[in-house]
Amino acid sequence: MKLRFAAAVAAAMMAAGPAMADLLVPHLSYRTGPYAGNGNQYADGFNDYFTLINERDGGIGGEKILTPECETAYNTEKGVECYEANKSEAALLYNPMSTGITYQLIPKVAADEKVLYTPGYGRTSAKNGDVFKWVFNAPANYWDGASVAIKYLLDENGGSLEGKKIALIYHNSAYGKEPIRTLQDLSEKHGFTLTELPVDPPGQEQKSQWLQIRREKPDYVIMWGWGVMNQAAIQEAANIRFPMENFIGIWWSGGEVDVQPAGAAADGYKSLTFNGVGTDYPFYDDLKTHVIDPGKASGGGQFVGSAVYSRGVYAALIIGEAISKAQELAGTPQINAAQLRDGFEALDISEERMAELGLPGFGQPIQLSCENHGGAGMARLQQWDADTGTWSLITDFIQPDAEVLDPLIAEDSAAYAAEAGITPRCG
Amino acid sequence: MEQLLYVAELVMNGLMTGVMYALVALGFVLIFKASGVFNYSQGVLALFAALTLVGIQNGQIPFAHLINAMFGTNLHSFGWTVPSVLAILLTAGVMVLLALAIEKLVLRHLVGQEPIILFMATIGLAYFLEGFGDVMWGADVKTLDVGLPQGISDTAEAWTAQLTGYGFFIDRLDIWAAIVATALVAALVAFSQFTKQGRAMRAVADDHQAALSVGISLQFIWIMVWSIAGFVALVAGIMWGTKSGVQFSLSLIALKALPVLMLGGFTSIPGAIVGGLIIGVGEKLFEFFVGPMIGGATETWFAYVLALIFLVFRPQGLFGERIIERV
Repeated sequence: MKLRFAAAVAAAMMAAGPAMADLLVPHLSYRTGPYAGNGNQYADGFNDYFTLINERDGGIGGEKILTPECETAYNTEKGVECYEANKSEAALLYNPMSTGITYQLIPKVAADEKVLYTPGYGRTSAKNGDVFKWVFNAPANYWDGASVAIKYLLDENGGSLEGKKIALIYHNSAYGKEPIRTLQDLSEKHGFTLTELPVDPPGQEQKSQWLQIRREKPDYVIMWGWGVMNQAAIQEAANIRFPMENFIGIWWSGGEVDVQPAGAAADGYKSLTFNGVGTDYPFYDDLKTHVIDPGKASGGGQFVGSAVYSRGVYAALIIGEAISKAQELAGTPQINAAQLRDGFEALDISEERMAELGLPGFGQPIQLSCENHGGAGMARLQQWDADTGTWSLITDFIQPDAEVLDPLIAEDSAAYAAEAGITPRCG
Repeated sequence: MEQLLYVAELVMNGLMTGVMYALVALGFVLIFKASGVFNYSQGVLALFAALTLVGIQNGQIPFAHLINAMFGTNLHSFGWTVPSVLAILLTAGVMVLLALAIEKLVLRHLVGQEPIILFMATIGLAYFLEGFGDVMWGADVKTLDVGLPQGISDTAEAWTAQLTGYGFFIDRLDIWAAIVATALVAALVAFSQFTKQGRAMRAVADDHQAALSVGISLQFIWIMVWSIAGFVALVAGIMWGTKSGVQFSLSLIALKALPVLMLGGFTSIPGAIVGGLIIGVGEKLFEFFVGPMIGGATETWFAYVLALIFLVFRPQGLFGERIIERV
């Protein structure tokens, strides 16, 4: 009896694990904890893209993509535990959706030779593939975001921000502190005054910061928030009657859930984005046919088309394209992490390719190389319409200021290379 | 002069914020007074109450995700909405049922145990309720609107501008929170001092076994206290949920209540209010005067530092009962 039970358990475990022919992308997600409201949406988008690929196309190159989830709760320790628990020979790539976890994993993936993909978050200087061999952060990073926000404001002000006052309200964490150095350099270059206002996570209470904003009357407020900090900040901005059109969030402060609690008062709020919004793309017809209607949508399809869901889709799409490229280069559909890394470095997603994938204009063209792991770093602005409850894209993709960013990336990555004993490899 | 007026504005807002903290702290005090238990799950009770309120208001089907996953259905909503007042009453009813369940499934089995055992049980309860709330109502951010006004009070701004030349910012939601908190405290103090059940509650707090020996029903007292604490959690959940949406992080407001309790005393209802006000004002002033010199974002830790300083001089808190144990 005991033997039969053991055999049944073993059979069940084998059935539950990935088949040898599948490609494994462990999915470090967070559906619980203070950031679950955002994490849920991203995870659903990420899963649904691969479900569509598996259901409609039979996977990539005939290999199904498996994305077993591990709950991190946006907690760095748990994220590292998830990484270690899912670190197998077959595991190809990790996308932990947390800058804190990313910083911990950077040395680990280099030692374990796994790909770390951090689209729109993580360590900005990982864009330098010369130093960060296993890390990719295309299509844009935080410094790109800071620069694009300032370039947009330059456009709004006839090319000059001389004498303007800009406040940065940020999540007092590794994530929130990322843009400070860039904004400081940009303030020197363009002559605006920068006020830095940290908010301790999770960020429900921000009265001091907004009273200071009310008193100092900055022309613009830029926000690096996540989770409840976003909702609280937008509500506080509305409370002090700060003009919403002068309030710009990073892409992680640009979800529907961030603006909805403030209701009509959030109308006009802007945020950066590096992906399209809404469901008006042919991709969603296929998603409906192969994933939503058959009841295979992650989380019941509740968030399909939301801004954060779309970002999850986009991350999965880029990974999928890198897998495809890696298979092409390796000449086999059964790739390993090193081959996937090669696929990333040869990644070339054109506008035509985005259209073929059913998402025309959804993202910028991406071309990566040994040196460039971050792409062009463009972003655009979206604005919230509280009446219709939708985001509208209000600019085209804006190029960040390479003159300011490139030296910063070179400096930061060189410091990391010295600290970690890395020899630049691209030649 | 302008600087002085700004500090006055900060103090006003600190007082208002303190009231919001005190609303959470009140629930802790109630349960501690009645059972000597520090209820770790009070913050989660506020989250659960707010989730239930939004769910009832929006006609959301409880456990819809679970039902859909198990039976392949596509259920989400009953298709109706419930008026705010009725939804609040129904939620209060759910909190009473929850209190019954907690007493029956957890507390009843721990009568006469050391307080630390009861404390550990409330930690377990917090984790259970977090997951239960997620499964029951979903983990997405929910908008809560029970008709409470938000935003700057024009009257207060105009009045202070006329008086001082500088219009103060006072949030209308904070004014409502202050009114509700005052009414709540008055009712709770009256209840614990002047009613039979209130006195029984205090007797249970002193000694479970002694209270049982004089015929006080421990079962009834615990259900009553947890129900009241559930109602207080609902009020706190409404105020904080209106401010920034109903989501998991609402349970973390309990962390803001801890220094309030340390300062005001774990057994005093007025202490929770006074403690909240001191913490609220103290953290705002510290952030203003010292924050810029040390990088800002001082509010979270400063509240604890302030509470610890008080503890050095008055371990039982400002209004707490001094416990003397003779060897």
